[in-house]
Amino acid sequence: MIALLVRDLRLAVRAGGGFGLGLAFFLLVAVLVPLGVGPEGGTLGRIAPGILWVGALLACLLSLDRLFALDFEDGSLDLLATAPLPLEGAVAAKALAHWLVTGLPLALLSPVLGILLNLPAAGYLWLVVSLLVGTPALSVIGAFGAAVTVGLKRGGLLLSLLVLPLYVPTLIFGAEVVKRGATGAEFATPLALLAAITAGAAALLPFAAAAALRINLR
Amino acid sequence: MELKVSDLAVSRGGLVVLEGLDFALAPGQALVLRGPNGIGKTTLLRTLAGLQPAVAGAISAPPESLAYASHSDGLKAALDVTENLQFWASVHGLDAAAVGAALDAMNLRALARRPAANLSAGQKRRLGLARLLVTGRPVWLLDEPTVSLDTASVALFAAVVRGHLAAGGLAVLASHIDLGLPEAAVLDLGPFRPLRAREAHPPAGGFDEAFA
Amino acid sequence: MSIWEYANPKKFMQTSARVLPWLVALTTAFLAVGLVWAFFFTPDDYKQGATVKIMFLHVPAAMMAINAWIMMLVASLIWIVRRHHVSALAARAAAPVGLTFTAIALVTGALWGQPMWGTWWAWDPRLTSFLILALFYLGYMALWAAVENPDTAADLTSVLCIVGSVFALLSRYAVKFWNQGLHQDSTILKVGEKDPLDPAYYLPLVVCILGTVLLFVTLVLVRTRTEIRARRLAALLARERSA
Repeated sequence: MIALLVRDLRLAVRAGGGFGLGLAFFLLVAVLVPLGVGPEGGTLGRIAPGILWVGALLACLLSLDRLFALDFEDGSLDLLATAPLPLEGAVAAKALAHWLVTGLPLALLSPVLGILLNLPAAGYLWLVVSLLVGTPALSVIGAFGAAVTVGLKRGGLLLSLLVLPLYVPTLIFGAEVVKRGATGAEFATPLALLAAITAGAAALLPFAAAAALRINLR
Repeated sequence: MELKVSDLAVSRGGLVVLEGLDFALAPGQALVLRGPNGIGKTTLLRTLAGLQPAVAGAISAPPESLAYASHSDGLKAALDVTENLQFWASVHGLDAAAVGAALDAMNLRALARRPAANLSAGQKRRLGLARLLVTGRPVWLLDEPTVSLDTASVALFAAVVRGHLAAGGLAVLASHIDLGLPEAAVLDLGPFRPLRAREAHPPAGGFDEAFA
Repeated sequence: MSIWEYANPKKFMQTSARVLPWLVALTTAFLAVGLVWAFFFTPDDYKQGATVKIMFLHVPAAMMAINAWIMMLVASLIWIVRRHHVSALAARAAAPVGLTFTAIALVTGALWGQPMWGTWWAWDPRLTSFLILALFYLGYMALWAAVENPDTAADLTSVLCIVGSVFALLSRYAVKFWNQGLHQDSTILKVGEKDPLDPAYYLPLVVCILGTVLLFVTLVLVRTRTEIRARRLAALLARERSA
């Protein structure tokens, strides 16, 4: 599993594209929204938690279709499926690699974009915390979607259609944590629920994703 | 250690393509699958590798003994030759010594640091075959292994397969050209084609019957 | 005689052909009686006026929108556990029907919401949940349409249906948490409590609900028969190509 993780990270760094693009996309969302909404700080500050979470979610979605598709095309997925490593472990390792190159940098970059969007000062810590806790769920859920659509032509479009509804609870609780953190309200409940979704998804979805991969490989 | 196939039927796209297959391989033996394009050589190898379920019959082999090499080599263009091999070696729990041996066996030492993106088709193929050596598995399932190899590389490949067999390994090879392995048994797949096309997993009672 | 005999396509086609005319007649009768009763022989609400009669379409459609998904979940589980083809095809057949009921619930809800709340749409938990449910139906149907091999499609959509059900349930609670909403709670099962549904509406509503359940069963049966024929056609074409 570690070998697979190291390989995927190395590929992400060498091929460049992947996580640089996701971050650039995230930045663009944060720049475009004020251009569309208007420069008024109060409005921006109020919608910032939601915008940042939606932006992170879309940036995450952007690189998902390559998660298994590249390995499927070059035959590595066949070889991984016959390797001693259980496919569930391979899915978990690849989802973790995906999070390390998308979710983690997004979470670390988010305070900068918070400044652009006039996020109230109290919100920054909770923005980073909520993204750190919530984005792993996005990667794992996305890995499931990518596994279901791996063999399909035009899989990318279908992937968004399948994955976005599954992102709803994560988005709601994630944005709620920031919103409440920024206004000084009680945020422990949504944070706990967000963590529960991440833990549950990470524990169970690799099995569903591996099942979908096996179906797609035969 | 034996690979034994009894009354096996395999399917592609929901239709049975081969049925009634029976063969057994002992250590040191190789079997070449022959037949025209589309007869089901790849499907049979994938079924043997456990990537798809058999329609009928049984495959008996020790667990985790099979190494499959498909048309595509499973190489990552951004990694160099050694890194590609190292990855598969560590997935299969082998160390750097195995990687070195595989590089030497397929004459890849001079290319060890070259990214896979810059390899020629034949060099990629050699790397793909070197991957088999770092799986440490006794049963090799090879799909058209000599595609895009030059004569020297085919000879090299034949020597590697011979070495594997001599060390007690087994090999099943699908190919429609000569592999330079005269000692291998040949199985022509033509006679195992089903006489009448039929569905692989017909529903209980059959959709046909529903309209009888 | 076990229930699984109906998983045999032959048995299914025979039985459904025999049952369908009766089902159609029964559905028509229930819906005709229920809707005529509801629209012409129930009093106007003292607050809502005649708009209250939208309820007789809205409530049954909303109930069936959810029940259709539950039926798909059960059919998917049966396919995964017992590999009955009719079950997988029934799940596929139910999806567009469920989506239609969801759409009816949303549209009638908007028509009812405009005079009552002064808005066609509000991001109320119930409304939002139904919109999300519609997205789940769309994704499920798109996956069926995208995968060529019917057995692969059945397997993948079943896995999606199971995972989707968990997330649909999660979304329901997340959305409730997110916004408290305008929509009133359901009053059908509130007999004996305060603020119950008026008895004058109760009986016609029950007739309408039964009619809608029958309509759903009829439509799913018809569509499953179509899917079985389509599957048979695809098998014949594949055989012809390979022969």
